[in-house]
Amino acid sequence: MAKSDVKVLGFSPSPFVMRARIALKIKSVEYEFLEENLGSKSELLLKSNPVHKKIPVLIHNDKPVCESLIIVEYVDEAWSSSGPSILPSDPYDRAVARFWAAYVDEKWFSALRDIGSANGAEAKKAAIEQLIEVLVLLEDAFVKCSKGKPFFGGNQIGFLDIAFGSYLGWLRVTEKINEVKLLDEVKTPGLLKWAERFCADAAVKDVMPETDKLAKLRASAPPSS
Amino acid sequence: MAEEVKLYGTWSSPFSRRIELALKLKGVPFEYIEEDLSNKSPELLKYNPVHKKIPVLVHNSKPIAESQVILEYIDEIWNNNPILPQDPYQRAMARFWAKFIDEKALATRMKANFAEGKERELVTEEFFQQMKFLENELNGKDFFGGETIGFVDIVAIVVAIWFPLTQEVLGVETFTEEKFPVLFKWIRKITEIDVVNECRPPREKHLAYVKARIEGLKSASK
Repeated sequence: MAKSDVKVLGFSPSPFVMRARIALKIKSVEYEFLEENLGSKSELLLKSNPVHKKIPVLIHNDKPVCESLIIVEYVDEAWSSSGPSILPSDPYDRAVARFWAAYVDEKWFSALRDIGSANGAEAKKAAIEQLIEVLVLLEDAFVKCSKGKPFFGGNQIGFLDIAFGSYLGWLRVTEKINEVKLLDEVKTPGLLKWAERFCADAAVKDVMPETDKLAKLRASAPPSS
Repeated sequence: MAEEVKLYGTWSSPFSRRIELALKLKGVPFEYIEEDLSNKSPELLKYNPVHKKIPVLVHNSKPIAESQVILEYIDEIWNNNPILPQDPYQRAMARFWAKFIDEKALATRMKANFAEGKERELVTEEFFQQMKFLENELNGKDFFGGETIGFVDIVAIVVAIWFPLTQEVLGVETFTEEKFPVLFKWIRKITEIDVVNECRPPREKHLAYVKARIEGLKSASK
């Protein structure tokens, strides 16, 4: 398949864009990456995602797919015969993965954002505690989903690994800026080790932005899709 | 093994009603348990400890929460009368619009109902834009799903039934046939379907309920 048949409109630091790229890597799909300037969005982006005008957008044979997790599912289905499955094969496991992915995008994301927007030390402390509570729930989810294997998806990274793992760069920046350990050996031992494995995975390491680069960006604007 | 299917829901919730509809469309027998949200059952808290919300589907003792996740699960387990299309691109589109309705349209509608002054104008304009996008998606089809109702139609029933009803209670006329002729044609078509009507809250009861809720919200914000 020609590289130009598949395009990703994105912004490298974005966790949402990362999701699309990890999925394409898992399926060994070659694609053209078009870096967007979010302050001056391209005609192609505005035309491809008129509803939200956001990245990532996957364009496959000129047809745009929007919303990062929808893109991941699309990649899994459109290239189903290539590479391992991203979604679990069992319908119940799929439902559990989708449930937690939705939780990540709702509760985790807003808790992370609350830390960034918290005013004053008290508010920040409360926001951090809230985030850690979310992490403890995700630790439990990890134990249940992984069933002793290295990833939420089992032996290989899957849908929920991608959904949550794509935030690890921002998690590390938050730890650095606030001088706090969010993942630790006591409360989230499983996730702590999983995070290392995820970031080192072949499908991830080339698209995971460096913490320092993100920290510089974070200094100027909070994360958004 | 005998299938055990239980649905924990409430009669007035569009999220709960959409699950009933999906199960009925597929002819799946199920036990319905009405929850009192001011006094949640131990079962609900056990089956959805994370959110403690309805609807929850329990299939052979395994719980699934979040209405769109439940809909996809139902479609995968019982594959007669499919809800989602087969083609990956069409599926992505269906998921996109369903997400748009639940995440954008509903929130904007709520804001528009209660905003005042300039903010109300702005939010109402946003709502109109969103409804236009949705309307354009119909694109000459009877339903979002094509010739028969599908995933987006089932999710969009909140627009077909809950939006006009709330509007009636509030005495406003923003979401009108004049502005959205294609969408209102779809509303007429979908509300003619027997099984859709079997799964909607009874009108008078629903009106009274929404009235009471709105009054409650208005007095709470004073």
